Amino acid sequence: MAHAEAAQTTTKTILSGADLQRVIDRIAHQILEKTRGAGDTVLLGIPTRGAPLARRIAERIEAFEQVRVPVGSIDITLYRDDLRSQAPRPLGPTEVPQGGIDGQRVILVDDVLFRGRTVRAALDALRDLGRPSAVQLAVLVDRGHRELPIRADYVGKNLPTALDEQVQVRLAEVDGTDGVMIISGSGPPSI
Amino acid sequence: MSRHLLSAADLDADEATAVLDTAAEMANVAGREVKKLPTLRGRTVVNLFYEDSTRTRISFEAAAKRLSADVINFSAKGSSVAKGESLKDTALTLQAMGADAVVIRHGASGAPHRLADWVDGSVINAGDGTHEHPTQALLDAYTMRARLGRLAGLKVAIVGDVLHSRVARSNVLLLHTLGAHVTLVAPPTLLPVGVGAWPADTSFDLDAVLPSSDVVMMLRVQRERMGDSFFPSVREYSRRYGLDGARMRQLPAHAIVMHPGPMIRGMEIAPEVADSPRSTITEQVTNGVSVRMAVLYLLLGGMNQ
Repeated sequence: MAHAEAAQTTTKTILSGADLQRVIDRIAHQILEKTRGAGDTVLLGIPTRGAPLARRIAERIEAFEQVRVPVGSIDITLYRDDLRSQAPRPLGPTEVPQGGIDGQRVILVDDVLFRGRTVRAALDALRDLGRPSAVQLAVLVDRGHRELPIRADYVGKNLPTALDEQVQVRLAEVDGTDGVMIISGSGPPSI
Repeated sequence: MSRHLLSAADLDADEATAVLDTAAEMANVAGREVKKLPTLRGRTVVNLFYEDSTRTRISFEAAAKRLSADVINFSAKGSSVAKGESLKDTALTLQAMGADAVVIRHGASGAPHRLADWVDGSVINAGDGTHEHPTQALLDAYTMRARLGRLAGLKVAIVGDVLHSRVARSNVLLLHTLGAHVTLVAPPTLLPVGVGAWPADTSFDLDAVLPSSDVVMMLRVQRERMGDSFFPSVREYSRRYGLDGARMRQLPAHAIVMHPGPMIRGMEIAPEVADSPRSTITEQVTNGVSVRMAVLYLLLGGMNQ
């Protein structure tokens, strides 16, 4: 059965490793431009892949302008609205940088923006951690199909997709290799 | 994890580690201004306590409230139980109220297992007779891991009234699962029959065990459960099995001293030891809330099974 399914799926590479690095560079530049130098800014990545992505963006910002932006992670598992749809999920790390987020511009970082529910949960989680002066959102891929009134401030790539397609972001820190693929014919999508 | 937590032996190594890892994340919540998560909103947790308990009941109550569950406290004193209601009828009442989880402490060993047959929700054993107290074992393991960085290969001495201790039994089972090595130290009269079948060594000589121990866990002598005398006098017990300053100095430099509480200062543990930097007694209380949050989340935080 698994074999038959595997035969039907097709994987298409959307961004190669080099493309992905360029996209991250562009997001770093856009953040510097839009925030006028990234002062009073904190990057919080949403585990799993948002966390290393946030670190990479911070590294690029530092390389471009010698500004050190605090980086942390914010796990949203305990704030999900679909907890009861499956067995309890393992938790990811929440690490707030020293100095906290009060009065800071928090930029949430995630790999794929899809239904918007993860970001909704992240906004709830953020409210329990402090009171940022503003919250922005940076995503590597925006694949559409929003179910909530949420949009990203920094988008690496707008990628129109069908609901039954799956967008897979791979990062060296987690998956051993960099890239973005789209997998079609793999059945109903997971969030 | 299965639907209930009745025994420390219900958990295999992966499940137990998942509880400890989840608890480590839950511990972050205690350090922030808003100590509340929305995770169990709309779920009801009943604390059903047939025996007196302060720390365990409060710990479960704090854990459930931090996860936004509704908590109903039911103590046997002054309730329908005092009027003669059976455990089964109480269980059916809780069932009719729609309890998603029942945390039970009962004087009879095995009561939580019976309860698990009667209710649809999860049953968490918060101490049954002289049998088991699995969340205590989990918080002890969490504390050891937090202080010493690992569990596999640790040498743990559990000292005192093993016979009446549900804490000792649950700790032996869980620590064995997680790869630690337990030695039970007690006078022969305070070791249970059949202790030879437990996955632990036994010794009657505390001084011989201390120099090679990473962890010493002192147990309270449970005089309320003693019909007869198990040792000649408090003074003699204290001299042979109590942990005083001189004995503590026989421990390796990194070793820690634990006590599940309530402790009797001057009997099984000297004040000098209880207040020393090696002592993890208050940490154990703090960690208890995180570990119980983890257990509640892992039992109730997902799909209804």
